[in-house]
Amino acid sequence: MSALPAPNPVSTWDDMMEGVWRQNPTFVMMLGMCPTLAVTVSAVNALSMGVATMLVLVASCGLVSMLRHIVPKEVRIATYIVIIATFVTAIDYGIQAVSLKLYDALGAFIQLIVVNCIILGRAEAHASKTPPVAAMLNAVGMGAGFTIGLLALGTVREVLGAGALFGVSLFGANFQPWVVMVLPPGGFFVLGSWLLVFAWWKKRKRAMSPTPIATSRSA
Amino acid sequence: MAHESVFQIFIGALLANNFVLAMFLGLCPFLGVSGKLDTAFPMGVATTFVMAVAALCAYGLNWLLGLMHLEFLRLISYIVVIASAVQLVEMVLKKHSPVLFRALGIYLPLITTNCAVLGVALIQTARDYTLLQSMAFAIGGGGGFTLALVLMAGLRERIQLVEVPEVAQGAAVVLMIAGVLSLSFMGFAGLGG
Repeated sequence: MSALPAPNPVSTWDDMMEGVWRQNPTFVMMLGMCPTLAVTVSAVNALSMGVATMLVLVASCGLVSMLRHIVPKEVRIATYIVIIATFVTAIDYGIQAVSLKLYDALGAFIQLIVVNCIILGRAEAHASKTPPVAAMLNAVGMGAGFTIGLLALGTVREVLGAGALFGVSLFGANFQPWVVMVLPPGGFFVLGSWLLVFAWWKKRKRAMSPTPIATSRSA
Repeated sequence: MAHESVFQIFIGALLANNFVLAMFLGLCPFLGVSGKLDTAFPMGVATTFVMAVAALCAYGLNWLLGLMHLEFLRLISYIVVIASAVQLVEMVLKKHSPVLFRALGIYLPLITTNCAVLGVALIQTARDYTLLQSMAFAIGGGGGFTLALVLMAGLRERIQLVEVPEVAQGAAVVLMIAGVLSLSFMGFAGLGG
């Protein structure tokens, strides 16, 4: 992570890391909030949701990018949605085949990956203008950023609300779980707290460095 | 699940299982358009309308796809139908209320990617609701969405008048309020289905 704003002709690596950190979809751009809050009751759910979204994101961005000279401008959004829906259907059946338990835990949110703003946003803003490899690398970065965001919420909520991490009990039998953390309000509280931490950290950094740091909050 | 009464489903979707505060559907407009009361309410009504249309179409489509054994096309056909319904609402609004159309701006076409709309279609399919039950679910859910949006907009208008600590400004304070709101909606647990 560099404090300097990225120069205009960014390298592919920087372009990828952009999504992981400076333009993190969860904490900076606040995109894809519904799955972020809904499935993060445990770290396992969070991780699998993140990976599923990332797979759809990478595959759709690759295909959108390959088709970018063929698809007419007027129908591009509709085309993107159909492409995304196709991959989501594949992932949906895939998860159902691998683990039925996970499929039930994630519920309708697997199919709701279709309407995750991150994917359509990436397809429209990035993949439709770049060659496939660069588009897919960028998608990997964004997907990783999203997964990190989900994990950050999922681990905190599982530790506080169930006293466990990835299903492994941490504190023994005497632990009194903070149940509200795995209930809906907990999602809002934990995400809000993470944003507070980041805002405080940014403020502290700004106070310590002599020159003002360019922030990417405007996205 | 499909034996619940229509009224139970309606109240459940409206309060106990509020779409925004308990099921986390439709959070983008909830965080995005809830700044002012004048836009929050019409946005809620427009979304409710789209949800009702989507539920109706989804019911028909599901029956049709089941008849032809093409269930794997469900998701794709749902999303296309929703996109068309949103287009319809957009045209009607543009003609009858250009001011509102401009106020809602980008969030109007974004109803297409509102999880609440697709969510209603998917959940009613998963639960095997009848047509009447689906409509109650969609309208109750839309009403719940509108309620959450209006409550949030009212609270956010008050927030403008107080001093919020610098680190909490913006999204953080909104999320905290949403958490408290969600906590209070948990009091409805047990009502309805």
